[in-house]
Amino acid sequence: MSKFRRKKGKGLQRINTASLPDIVFMLLFFFMVSTTMRETEVKVRVTVPEATEVKKLEKKSLVSYIYIGRPVAQVARTYGTEPLIQLNDKLVSEEGIPYESIQDFVLFEREKLPESDKNRMTMSLRIDQNISMGKVDDVKQALRRAKALIINYSARKEYRDQGRQR
Amino acid sequence: MARETPEVNGGSLADIAFLLLIFFLVTTTMDIDTGITRLLPPEPEDQQEQEVQVNKRNVLVVLLNKSDLLMVGGEVMDRLALKQKTIEFFTNPNESMDLPVMEDTEVQFPPGSSSLLPPDGVWRGKTSRGVISLQNDRSTTYGKYLQVQNELVAAVNELRNDFCNLYFDKDYEELNTNIPVEEEIYEGIRKIYKMNISESDPKNIGGRN
Repeated sequence: MSKFRRKKGKGLQRINTASLPDIVFMLLFFFMVSTTMRETEVKVRVTVPEATEVKKLEKKSLVSYIYIGRPVAQVARTYGTEPLIQLNDKLVSEEGIPYESIQDFVLFEREKLPESDKNRMTMSLRIDQNISMGKVDDVKQALRRAKALIINYSARKEYRDQGRQR
Repeated sequence: MARETPEVNGGSLADIAFLLLIFFLVTTTMDIDTGITRLLPPEPEDQQEQEVQVNKRNVLVVLLNKSDLLMVGGEVMDRLALKQKTIEFFTNPNESMDLPVMEDTEVQFPPGSSSLLPPDGVWRGKTSRGVISLQNDRSTTYGKYLQVQNELVAAVNELRNDFCNLYFDKDYEELNTNIPVEEEIYEGIRKIYKMNISESDPKNIGGRN
């Protein structure tokens, strides 16, 4: 018994945790700087295609997103499984060519930009690679009509080594 | 001396910081948006169809049918061969009569920016009048369509890059458009190799199954 007691009496060496907050804050700042806020919840499944000539989208404040894809499971219950268009965070339920919705959307997004940047507004098209072009063409026509002409086909960077066939 | 201030217990500071950290981990994303930027043609002012007369040799028709088959200038082609074909189309190396008209052009570059240019910095050469007409069916898959777009953009980028390497010993992508001299070079090369890709209004092209 005395053996144990003696050991206890010495006490375990406690680790000094005074610097732990500093470490965690460092991590926190790293994440704050290197990430962006997730603004929208994407309600359609989108796997963007791969391409070699992709470039980074420069100014995020100028970018609005248009998603096209099949709805995720929860949304599919109400909207069915046919491909849907999502403008930033709202799903389009309009039948046929969504001229109205896109026109409103473009006007709304353009209004948010400062005067000098109004004509630099970019539409990022995040479209699933298996969607048929009919839907994409409809959106493009609607964008033309709404005079939002700068578009960006979202794609992942593909690293193609020489002679690789696909 | 003033009364000793009691030390604040900093033990829970780590917990607070962790909480914040986890909040940021959950609410933020790290993915960088990348993609191919393109310009849509503006909607014609009057509703009438504007039929622009283009010389047949100046147009390369790239067709994607509903079963994702690629046809370029009348022949079925693999996607990977399209880039080379596009480069040939835009440069017309043998002055062929089937390929686009090359017209004399002068492009102003910053004087003294390259040893291959005359002292006044004006490049005199031939540029293509070619236009690529990209047409797709409503049933073409988007992935395939973007791959074709990508090949066309890749072809033009390669031409621009080669020119930039030859004259300015630099990659085209590395030109910093915030520096006026480099921006002038950037714009100049853009004028020499124009990204003339026209997308027709959607229609049904059809194709065999």
